[in-house]
Amino acid sequence: MSPKKIVLRFSPEISDKPIISRLVKDYDLLINIVKANVNPQREGTLVLEITGEQVEGGMEYLRKLGVQVQPLTQEIIRDEEKCTMCGGCTAICPTGALYIERPSMEVKFDGDNCVVCQLCLKICPVRAMEVKL
Amino acid sequence: MEKSYAEINAKIKSGKAVVLSAEEFISLAEEKGISGAARTVDVVTTGTFAPMCSSGAFLNFGHSSPRMKMHRVWLNEVPAYAGVAAVDAYIGATEVPEDDPLNSQFPGEFRYGGGHVIEDLVAGKPIKMKATSYGTDCYPRKTLETTITLDEINEAFLFNPRNGYQNYNCAVNLGSKTIYTYMGMLKPNLGNAHYSTSGQLSPLLKDPHFKTIGIGTRIFLGGGIGYVAWNGTQHFPSIQKSPEGKDLGPAGGTLSVIGDLKQMSSKWLKGVSFAGYGASFAVGIGIPIPILNEEVALYAAATDRDLYAPIVDYSDAYPNRVPGNLGHVSYADLKTGKITVNGREVATAPMSSYPKAREIAAILKQWISDGGFQITEPVQPLASPADGICGKALKG
Repeated sequence: MSPKKIVLRFSPEISDKPIISRLVKDYDLLINIVKANVNPQREGTLVLEITGEQVEGGMEYLRKLGVQVQPLTQEIIRDEEKCTMCGGCTAICPTGALYIERPSMEVKFDGDNCVVCQLCLKICPVRAMEVKL
Repeated sequence: MEKSYAEINAKIKSGKAVVLSAEEFISLAEEKGISGAARTVDVVTTGTFAPMCSSGAFLNFGHSSPRMKMHRVWLNEVPAYAGVAAVDAYIGATEVPEDDPLNSQFPGEFRYGGGHVIEDLVAGKPIKMKATSYGTDCYPRKTLETTITLDEINEAFLFNPRNGYQNYNCAVNLGSKTIYTYMGMLKPNLGNAHYSTSGQLSPLLKDPHFKTIGIGTRIFLGGGIGYVAWNGTQHFPSIQKSPEGKDLGPAGGTLSVIGDLKQMSSKWLKGVSFAGYGASFAVGIGIPIPILNEEVALYAAATDRDLYAPIVDYSDAYPNRVPGNLGHVSYADLKTGKITVNGREVATAPMSSYPKAREIAAILKQWISDGGFQITEPVQPLASPADGICGKALKG
């Protein structure tokens, strides 16, 4: 069975709880952490590759805890023409994929760090961020 | 050392004026000192590109046959104010279509508003126009549906009642839930801090006492030429002080600006949408500062380290008009990407584009260096901090 790629988002309240270990112990899942950005009292994000019989049960467990679970099948792109480089997205982006380069103050987008949370789509004032399916 | 506007303009005309952007002038002043920099440089250019809600455009559509006294007007379904003469209207930047869901599904998206209409108009796109009226003997027509473009209408001029804010709050959220403001999305419990000026490049931060910027000043506006028409609404200039009495730079001044939309560019006039707040308009403004003397030079050389923004809580203090703030922070600190508020490290982000501000200052520098853009002595100065104007509260 090929691994399922998913993005998990944790609210600050649960980001310091032992959650992933339960997926291994209780649901017998094989987990490969592709990307992780988890800090106490902050929003956290994880990109995982999961294999096992009880994937759905594990996902159900995560959702019950308030973890947002999304399949990673989409990609975010930036319309360079539209972006005015205001920087308004850079303190919202949870993974630092959208960031300001200093001292030029230019706004950069590193798709490799993007976990497709789509917050930037909602808050970009000129709608420069798009989902590519 | 004193230079007159006429002397500087003579140098601009002969192509001999020394023009630097505010960033370049700061470096020169650090190297040569204020006196040396003031002697060398004739004009310093500034720039800002940021959302400026108090913006809009007056349009005159020309008369149809038969004539119509337009009572209600919609442009791409966005209502324009038609309570002026027969075929005049004002399209305001924050107006949204009547069927916009607003915040009924919070946070609303506000995808298209008056600012977007102006951007599309300037880009040369056809705009769907609808008008209704009650009919009079001299203006019998009652309905009209047509398409207009910028070239086909008589006049279109931007007239923004409050632009170019001298300084602005650094917005934070002390509350426990995410809030959606005109300063963007603010995450709970000091999750982020948003600020919105171009700091050391920002026009009014470089002329705190309105020594050179006044009524009639010729400026870069939306990619074309514009003018300072008046003070902006809520023009309450002051000099901020720390509790110890340290000068924290100016705040509170605003400008009302005007200019012909037909020579502007949609690159510098952008409709913007703030989730949960509304539609607005990002405007590019650049103002030249003639270096008349050392005092003007000293202000123009102010750096991000000298200019401060007040930190304001938008969960309670701002909406409920609770006076005071959470302290001041320099633009130098804001630009590092993190500041400390109430003992906590907070990530910062601008809502005002510094790269675009730099580009505007460079374009204006080019215009002046090329001899095609002369500086203007104000017809009348604007109120300065010395006038001590304060905002009034609304009863009710």
